[in-house]
Amino acid sequence: MSLVRFLNVAKEYPRGGVALSHASFQLHKGEFAFLTGPSGSGKSTILKLIYMEERPTAGDVWVSGVSARDASRKEVSMVRRHLGIVFQDFRLLEDRSAEANIAFALEVTGTPADMIRQRVGRVLTQVGLASKGTALPRELSGGEQQRIAIARALVNDPFVLIADEPTGNLDERATRGVFQLLRDINTAGTAVIMATHDLDLIRRTEYRTIELNHGRLVYDSAEAPPVEKAPSAVSPSHHDENPI
Amino acid sequence: MMVIREAFSAFRRAPLLSVLGVVTIAFSLFAFGLFGLVAVNIRDALQTIENRVEIRAFIADGTPVEASSAAMGDIHAFPEVLSVTYVSQDDAYARARKELGEFSDVFEPGVLPASLDIKLKPGYRDPTTVQAVANRLKSYDFVDDVRYGEDWVAKLYRLRTIATLVGTGLGVAFAAVAVIIIGATIRIMVMARAREIEIMRLVGATNGFIRMPFVLEGFIQGVMGGLLALGLTWATSTAISHSFMRTEFFDPALATAGVIGGAVIGLLGSTFAVGRQLRRL
Ligand SMILES: Nc1ncnc2c1ncn2[C@@H]1O[C@H](COP(=O)(O)OP(=O)(O)OP(=O)(O)O)[C@@H](O)[C@H]1O
Ligand SMILES: [Mg+2]
Repeated sequence: MSLVRFLNVAKEYPRGGVALSHASFQLHKGEFAFLTGPSGSGKSTILKLIYMEERPTAGDVWVSGVSARDASRKEVSMVRRHLGIVFQDFRLLEDRSAEANIAFALEVTGTPADMIRQRVGRVLTQVGLASKGTALPRELSGGEQQRIAIARALVNDPFVLIADEPTGNLDERATRGVFQLLRDINTAGTAVIMATHDLDLIRRTEYRTIELNHGRLVYDSAEAPPVEKAPSAVSPSHHDENPI
Repeated sequence: MMVIREAFSAFRRAPLLSVLGVVTIAFSLFAFGLFGLVAVNIRDALQTIENRVEIRAFIADGTPVEASSAAMGDIHAFPEVLSVTYVSQDDAYARARKELGEFSDVFEPGVLPASLDIKLKPGYRDPTTVQAVANRLKSYDFVDDVRYGEDWVAKLYRLRTIATLVGTGLGVAFAAVAVIIIGATIRIMVMARAREIEIMRLVGATNGFIRMPFVLEGFIQGVMGGLLALGLTWATSTAISHSFMRTEFFDPALATAGVIGGAVIGLLGSTFAVGRQLRRL
């Protein structure tokens, strides 16, 4: 069963026109997929449809079997508890420590306190910041802040990690670190869908690539790969010789 | 538990904003309370005057006491009547001397007629009822004349009607302004935590769960603001009583209603503000 399934999805914003049309694809368990395309092509829109911030205007999106068309607010909340979401701007709460930021995700879903402590410790170690738990966001570098945001996304054991340009605000070095972290998370079994402008990252790996243009899916390396290779993607049949 | 902790942690994280909330509620309700104090005191003053509404039926000279006492029983049975008092000629003379003080010589004993003084029950002191009772009294043979100060009873009632209308209008306006100011303050407090709400939603907190700490916080602030306003109003009332004129304070029921009102405004204000914020995101 696919974790995420788009079937003929169109999204039209009330003020802003058609952001997505005729989009169909599936994301499978353990998969890593890049979402790429020019600015305004609909990458964030696809991700918002997955975490049900937006609902499709036509077609339907299923996330772990829940249809975005019929999902109640409560169901949307329940779906989100199985998703991890990361943004370009980190979205940490400035007034509390890294630990408290991560714990927040569990507190608001009613997890018992001792389990919170244990899980927060685990994900902090996983993102390599076990020693920075008590730091405030402003005391951390951009890369570190993004790792804390990723830790917060992981703490609920999501089956899909959704990342909207997670390296967009980071320099080259921090970008590599954060990207490697996402790969490790994927290797450990979590599916990852990541929107990015960074063609370098895409070229470095053999991961699936979905390309958008003007709200249309113009290329998907998982679908019958075109004879003429899309410039920004690497077909999955090729093995990357030297990843990273 | 988490809800209560979150509500209190809001005070801890943004004490200034929380205090601002309490103070805004307090001052809005205080303004309303002062208005209420004036209204209550005017009402009491009018009530005191109204209590003096009295119908005096003068008894013709030479009426046997038995006749008038028999009538007293009848009159007391009127549904509007609170009390009937027999005032003899001597009593009337004594009363006149007392009331007129230095001019007490103008009357000779025996000049003033005896009378039945009738007080009406509360709610039956309006001009129409007073007049109706007066007319019924006139129908007794031994009654010479009936007086009830028709002019001032009518004036009193007009004053009361105006006071009630103006009071209700101003009261509604004051309450509306208080609610608007408190609502705006609560909205600022909720907006200051928009990011928190946004993240709560992203990690799958239900709307009910998100709303709860705000609602609880609004309630607590409403109660605190209400109590503070009550304290301020009481202090003002006491100060005026001491240095100016005796004033009545709200009775306990009204005071409690004020604090409950504050709590309800706080509660509803934050419920609406969060609802709005949840819809915006
Ligand atoms: N809330 C909205 N209301 C109206 N129009 C919107 C809204 N969000 C996005 N759009 C429009 O939908 C289109 C797709 O936007 P989207 O954010 O998905 O693009 P994107 O691929 O993520 O771009 P970028 O790379 O710049 O982040 C754009 O034309 C944008 O203007
Ligand atoms: Mg985007």
